[in-house]
Amino acid sequence: MNKTTYMPLVKNISLLSLLSILSFSSFAQQMTSHAEMQKMDHSQMDMSGDNEKDSLLLTTRSAHQYSDGYTLKDAPFSIAGPKQLKLADEMLFWGVNVDRFEYSNNRGDYEWVYDSQFWVGSDYDKLLVNFEGELSDSGKLDESSSELLWSSALTTFWNTELGLRYDTGEYENQTWLAAGGSGLTPYWFEIDAMFYLTKGGQSEFQISAEYELLLTQRLILQPSIELSAFAKDDLEQGQGKGVSDVVLGARLRYEISRQFAPYIGVEWVKLFGNSADLSISEGDESQQINWGAGLKFWF
Amino acid sequence: MNKANKMFNLSRRELSKNILVAGTLLGLTPLMPIAMAKSKKDSRFDQSHQKSTLSGDEFFLTVGETLLNITEKKRIATTINGLIPGPTLRMKEGQTITIHVTNTLDVDTSIHWHGIILPYQMDGVPGISFVGIKAGQTFTYQFTLAQSGTYWYHSHSAFQEMTGMYGGIVIETAEQKINIEQDKVIVLSDWTDENPMAVFGKLKTQGDYYNYNQPTLFDFFNDVEKSGLSGAIGKRKMWNEMRMSPTDLADLSANTLTYLMNGQSSKNNWTTFFKQGEQIRLRFINGAGNSFFDVRIPGLKMTVVGADGGELEPVEVDEFRFGPGETYDVLVKPAEAAYTIFAQAMDRSGYARGTLVSSPGLSAEVPALDPVQELTMVDMMGDMSSMDMGNMADMDMSKMDHSQMEMPASRNKASQTVSHAIQEQGPSVDMRVDTPRINLDDPGVGLRNNGRRVLTLADLKTVGGVIDVRPVDRELELHLTGNMERYTWSFDGVEFGSSTPIHLNYGERIRIILHNDTMMTHPMHLHGMWSDLEDADGNFLARRHTIPVQPAQRLSFLVSVDAKGQWAWHCHLLFHMEAGMFRKVVVS
Repeated sequence: MNKTTYMPLVKNISLLSLLSILSFSSFAQQMTSHAEMQKMDHSQMDMSGDNEKDSLLLTTRSAHQYSDGYTLKDAPFSIAGPKQLKLADEMLFWGVNVDRFEYSNNRGDYEWVYDSQFWVGSDYDKLLVNFEGELSDSGKLDESSSELLWSSALTTFWNTELGLRYDTGEYENQTWLAAGGSGLTPYWFEIDAMFYLTKGGQSEFQISAEYELLLTQRLILQPSIELSAFAKDDLEQGQGKGVSDVVLGARLRYEISRQFAPYIGVEWVKLFGNSADLSISEGDESQQINWGAGLKFWF
Repeated sequence: MNKANKMFNLSRRELSKNILVAGTLLGLTPLMPIAMAKSKKDSRFDQSHQKSTLSGDEFFLTVGETLLNITEKKRIATTINGLIPGPTLRMKEGQTITIHVTNTLDVDTSIHWHGIILPYQMDGVPGISFVGIKAGQTFTYQFTLAQSGTYWYHSHSAFQEMTGMYGGIVIETAEQKINIEQDKVIVLSDWTDENPMAVFGKLKTQGDYYNYNQPTLFDFFNDVEKSGLSGAIGKRKMWNEMRMSPTDLADLSANTLTYLMNGQSSKNNWTTFFKQGEQIRLRFINGAGNSFFDVRIPGLKMTVVGADGGELEPVEVDEFRFGPGETYDVLVKPAEAAYTIFAQAMDRSGYARGTLVSSPGLSAEVPALDPVQELTMVDMMGDMSSMDMGNMADMDMSKMDHSQMEMPASRNKASQTVSHAIQEQGPSVDMRVDTPRINLDDPGVGLRNNGRRVLTLADLKTVGGVIDVRPVDRELELHLTGNMERYTWSFDGVEFGSSTPIHLNYGERIRIILHNDTMMTHPMHLHGMWSDLEDADGNFLARRHTIPVQPAQRLSFLVSVDAKGQWAWHCHLLFHMEAGMFRKVVVS
């Protein structure tokens, strides 16, 4: 199988990404204004606040201004037929990223936890399939959350994501519309922010942040924080209104190679509000500490 | 089939299998290039009777696969006449040269004659100058030489150059007779055991994959100790805010690359001989896929007398940096018995080396790699002081004249008004330099204040001065752009596939301004026509075919548009080219 194939179709599918941008314009705006802020920062630094010159820099031109109307295919001396030069910017790449595959101790129970992503696409538009879940020690799937997302580049460091999420587990299976974005903030915080909506009108907001602290070139400490919140109570589904849980984690991994790193990790999970009450009523605690060891790898 | 052949085929099949197995473990199989993955029965050369130098006006070159063992791992290379580098071709100015290239690979190939002025159909860029050379076919190149000096040739198909397809060209002047004993071609290159497309894919996933020299927590503590907490934070502030790395000096490092001198790793130590007291000419060619080299010969001054084939006013230096595509000729007069030719990769992760000796068995000390210098403010912001000085008049003028781009060339120097393309505002670009540096006397990161006399672009003076005295008809400004997080590279924020050609009018004389909005140095190679490098005041410096543009630098060169056809123009770091830092130029 060839990992790289030409896919001019990508452009058509970017319509979908446009949709995703439109439907989350507020998010997009936020991100854009963020980018604008960055830009302003730079120009301030560059320009020492000189407005007059600033306006000069805004005289932009088009990258196509020297073409005189010619295109890659249609220009004097173009070779006939389909054998035009194609470079990797028109190729499709794919990969699998298993961020977590670990054996962890959860309140004395041992379970397998996985968090992985398959992606395929171009530089700026990708199809993502995310798999996240827990298996009991015996191999039974306790809980899973899968997503099919279209990811489209919005700014230098930010992508919008639009698609579906499907949950199985303790409660009734649930399908969500998923929309949000991911990217990198200044100071290298990796952010994922997603908004989910069910047919029944329940909505959830999830946000996570990660940071990579290089102890050495290969030993890397990765603190993280995750937060989820629901718009309303749905006790049937174990969802309590407001912030439902916060997870603080830290993983220490050793990169045998960039693509293969064993790790140990710990996380502190704290449930809040109705979600906490629900948990307690079911005989669990509202906070817990999980330990685990696992592998992070990608190819 | 005789036994030897049978054994070979067996081992060959086994080898392919092993590569596949190893590849699968690393997840690389899907990316195996066809040339490597397929087994071909008859394509291996017996290297023993292949000549490493060919001369005359007719050449026969065969492109094929060769088993290689550069890092003690067997790999299949794509080669020319079974050699890495391919044979040096020695020709004479004025001759009409005929070169038959036979492709024994399973895939298309091509050879581009780098720096040679020739009809566009002979330029060897598949999809632009011709359709390429199909498997099993022979293509005959023919062109007449109107130049002399040091050049080179290489495949222009996919990553075949990286897997071994490159060699030197030496063109004597009509009256010259070169004494080969005193005239050495030194091809520097890099080799990876990985499939280049797999490497490229990894960089698409993680741009700093091969950089094992990133700032760590302990570096931070050291900085706190040295310059206090605020100093240490201050040093990182800009980089952290911009989400860039100060040690992003090369996309590929010795982590995957082995640096070669005339095809030999530093361990193998390529060696050449000289007679003590005799002057020799070393023709350095950078045929690397992705590596800049900093070249020096400890204990020996080098007199630089040629660049990209053209003759230069002699400059005596200790060291020079050059990128893929560039060539430099230097004269040396060794007095001692042995010298090391030392070529460090720009990121200081490794080196290529060879030895100059007066008699067999001698060796010279190999110096340690220089410490890594981090990129500085100058590499990110350019010249911040320039805003306060002389450019004001220039700017006011252009402010009045909004059609500056198409302005008839009364101007005799490059415009210094920065004009970013609209397309640079998108996700393809991670940096825009508003106050570029325009000086050419900076040797670049890693060579600054190293105590040695290092060649800079400002030192280059083509013998005889300006070659085309016509005034400039118009000025074109293009920006070199990229996004390290996404590993995308482009001109003006637009990758090749989405770009439109640059149309030049046959017969005009133009000025091209290249403005580097990235933190890497890009060796920019315009095919088919010379690039007459000038300084910021419009003074002609040197005629080049490949011009390195440093981070946050803005420089200009003039082009006499005297070659009809379609031409390639691209960054000669192969990964940047393949990623889309590439334009088609149409002259009609």
